[in-house]
Amino acid sequence: MDFDLFWSSLGPMLLGALKGTIPLTLASFVLGLLIALVIAVMRISSNKVASGVGRIYVSIIRGTPLLVQLFVIFYGLPAVGVKLDPWPSAIIAFSLNVGGYAAEIIRAAILSVPRGQWEAGHMIGMSRNQTLLRIILPQAARVSVPPLSNTFISLVKDTSLASLILVTELFRVAQQVAAFSQEFMLLYLEAALIYWVICLILSTAQTRVEKRLDRYVAH
Amino acid sequence: MSPTDAVLQVRGLGKSFGSNTVLRGIDLDIPRGKVVALIGPSGSGKTTILRSLNGLETPDGGSVTVGARDNSAEGPLTVDFGDAALPKKARAAQLSALRDRSAMVFQHYNLFPHMTVLQNVIEGPVQVQKRPRAEVVAEAEKLLDRVGLLEKKDAYPFELSGGQQQRVGIVRALALKPQLLLFDEPTSALDPELVDDVLAVIKELADEGWTMVIVTHELAFARQTADEVVFMADGLVVERGPASQVLRHPKEERTQAFVRRLLHEI
Repeated sequence: MDFDLFWSSLGPMLLGALKGTIPLTLASFVLGLLIALVIAVMRISSNKVASGVGRIYVSIIRGTPLLVQLFVIFYGLPAVGVKLDPWPSAIIAFSLNVGGYAAEIIRAAILSVPRGQWEAGHMIGMSRNQTLLRIILPQAARVSVPPLSNTFISLVKDTSLASLILVTELFRVAQQVAAFSQEFMLLYLEAALIYWVICLILSTAQTRVEKRLDRYVAH
Repeated sequence: MSPTDAVLQVRGLGKSFGSNTVLRGIDLDIPRGKVVALIGPSGSGKTTILRSLNGLETPDGGSVTVGARDNSAEGPLTVDFGDAALPKKARAAQLSALRDRSAMVFQHYNLFPHMTVLQNVIEGPVQVQKRPRAEVVAEAEKLLDRVGLLEKKDAYPFELSGGQQQRVGIVRALALKPQLLLFDEPTSALDPELVDDVLAVIKELADEGWTMVIVTHELAFARQTADEVVFMADGLVVERGPASQVLRHPKEERTQAFVRRLLHEI
């Protein structure tokens, strides 16, 4: 093992994580959650058009590979006159993808809140939207943290696909150094190690959030 | 009875779920300050009436009129359910107006588990009625004190016994300052030793002059508290009258059988 190369490449790779992987993950996850919330509310709507559109969206996102979605946006859209840079393409593709998966998680969480909670919200005079926002979603949040954390952690790793559309993130840095030094095993293991550490940190954060949201539940 | 002193008038209320008819034209009049107990076997439609009064069910026919608040300029509110062609939005607005005048205490309490006791009580007055928070909190604390739960105001519902949760449920309803209090089997989910505390609170409210409709299986409680008892079966009112008469000397055979069975169970 070439430990000099390990240490000398660690800096650029961490920089790739810091300037590429992490902001890409955060931006895509936040936007993805917003999309997911809208799609989840459409899915539970009594309006057939809204719920139908929501269902088709989820079906397309879950039924096609993320890499293909990424390529359609970056390499495909220019054919119809929409030319996007690597970063916006990546953020759009990843948020749309997270939106599809998280929508199902949020929908299930909303449906898991007992009907009596909707009724109590209406009883104190709240509209449907008020009840959803103040009574149902806070309770659904607790249920959806574990599965949403999984989506988040998957996203961290999926952002490595962005290297294929030229976004300078952790894995692309690893590829560049590897191509130059021909030390594939070392550099790809090093990249794997960094992904693993990021995910470990996230799992710890997940446990904390879950504890905090559990404060009003009997143990 | 003139419409002004009736807090609640129900006319010809009907409701079916698919082919199952649960209400077959119910009439009900409740003067201000009176307490009506709805009794009858399960499936007789008692709870459906209550839920219709709070807009949680939409009846297929008939009308509900709820009187105005004291000293308020607004008149009585009538919702006519016979008009099936009414647009969804307009119907939702009617149901919401109906809810504004009544408050319900649920069988399973339905407290908001993510809010403290105090937050549960002030949520409606502050968020919906947009009343000043400080004023609402002061009122809420006074009400909680009355039911002996002031020191629990920062507790979450899961930290309370069923009886305590139900008393919070009652306070949450009172804080809305409704014209009409609706109780849906308020003690039937409670352990027997917790029932009396809750019934005592309801009895106090009756003595104070609240207008109330109570669905209950507690016949002794109904006899002490209700001005009128309405016995229902199969979506119809079988017998109604003063509590002592209906419960002690029922005229109808079905009422006699029901009362006898419940008394013997005890």
